[in-house]
Amino acid sequence: MKRNATAIVGAAESTNMGKLPNMSQIQIHADSALNALADCGLTINDIDGVATAGHNAVELAHYMGITPTWVDGTSVGGCSFMLHVRHAAAAIEAGLCTTALITHGESGRHWIGRHGSPIFPSLFQMQFEQPYGVSRPPTMFTIPVMRYMADYGLTEEQLASVAVVQREWAGFHPRASFRDPITVDDVLGSKMICYPFRLLMCCLVTDGGGALIMTSAERAKDFPNKPVYIRGTGESAETPLISQMADFTSSQAFRVAGATAFENAGISHGDVDHLMIYDAFAHLPLYGLEDLGFVGRGEAGAFIADGNTRPGGQLPLNTNGGGLSYMHSGMYGMYALQEGVRQMRGTSPAQIKDAEISVVHGVGGMFAASGTIVMSNVT
Amino acid sequence: MSSDGRVIPTPTPETQHYWDGAKIGELRLQSCNSCGKVYFPPRPFCPECGSRDVVVMKASGRGRLFSYVINHLPTPGFEPPFAIAVVELDEGPRLMSNIVGCPQTPEALKIDMPLEVTFETLNDEITLPQFKPAS
Ligand SMILES: [Zn+2]
Repeated sequence: MKRNATAIVGAAESTNMGKLPNMSQIQIHADSALNALADCGLTINDIDGVATAGHNAVELAHYMGITPTWVDGTSVGGCSFMLHVRHAAAAIEAGLCTTALITHGESGRHWIGRHGSPIFPSLFQMQFEQPYGVSRPPTMFTIPVMRYMADYGLTEEQLASVAVVQREWAGFHPRASFRDPITVDDVLGSKMICYPFRLLMCCLVTDGGGALIMTSAERAKDFPNKPVYIRGTGESAETPLISQMADFTSSQAFRVAGATAFENAGISHGDVDHLMIYDAFAHLPLYGLEDLGFVGRGEAGAFIADGNTRPGGQLPLNTNGGGLSYMHSGMYGMYALQEGVRQMRGTSPAQIKDAEISVVHGVGGMFAASGTIVMSNVT
Repeated sequence: MSSDGRVIPTPTPETQHYWDGAKIGELRLQSCNSCGKVYFPPRPFCPECGSRDVVVMKASGRGRLFSYVINHLPTPGFEPPFAIAVVELDEGPRLMSNIVGCPQTPEALKIDMPLEVTFETLNDEITLPQFKPAS
């Protein structure tokens, strides 16, 4: 894909987040979309491309009153929106549409107007995993970690420190669900969910949404906001079965998506000013840091525990507080992208000074899929 | 699903041999005549090389505890806390299992501990391979 050929010109989250007992899921999509349109001064009539996940993209188009020439319903879990950004960039470049709207809305807490899992069920998962008592994500996504701990000596304290550091970042954000500082002892003392994972190592369950509007880099200069250029992208998939992940200490989908995006963007790790790694659970940033190549294998636990990713550290990571503290509707990827956009616009409540390159890395399912976006405010 | 809400597998054509095997106390894998790959879950072709020249084989039933969690969440058909594990078989493939016949604690469940297959009858149709500490 051509570097910096497209840009995000509109970006917004839903008006409210957290508990939305009076909004259906599609309504949250629309609320986010209207906010993103207002953000860039466009109207529905300007949109000719739509993409969404976890909800019928056709319903989105019709509900919004859009007649699209490009539709993308890729729904591979929480990183679907990274894939949508990638696909939209390609579609705009290829002339399939001029202005793409990517929406996320999820009644993750209240399940109003929500029609089941955003990911297709897996034949093998139903036969070979569910009979053993796996159910919700905390019982599956966590399974590889004991192997990682045995192989690399990761401690429960280091795992807990991921949540502690991210809570520090959440403290900057008025919209974050949880903002009060926590300690490693608080995390280890919180309710046991799925050993070794305690409650504070697991993501929130909330309602909310977000939307992005993309167009060509050429047109992007005419909008009120600083354009956020799509510099590089990557995507991949591995398996819907956590038990069949090839390497329990590393995600193949992460490695492929990350390396593809870095190569596409023509950047090295030292160029990255700001990093988002989808954190449904506390181990995700560890796998992400290693699989994207920011640290060596087995080094991420100490890297985070030593403060390298906290406010003032050398590699600001998950500066909104992440799925652990900011919000997590189920498919968190959109909120990671929103924070990447804010950082590139210079408008984040936890703004990294002079940041020019942001890497936003997502996971879908339980290490099932992945998408990586490299954004920049310079070309 | 059983009366207590536990998920009961529904065999499909390509997995029938696996469930038929479990019913008579055999853990079955498949192997490829073209490249030698031993694989799981069941498919009528080799995921390594794509060959359809594959056979069903009886596994040794021996393996090691590759990774696990101890689930504390309420789960239909189970009494928490209980371990959800992944077992690496001596033949190479990994599969999910509970670890039966031992305390469900980190002290009792040691990574890499040797395990052997046992079978849990769920109903007249389905018997589920399970693993226990090797004798
Ligand atoms: Zn083969």
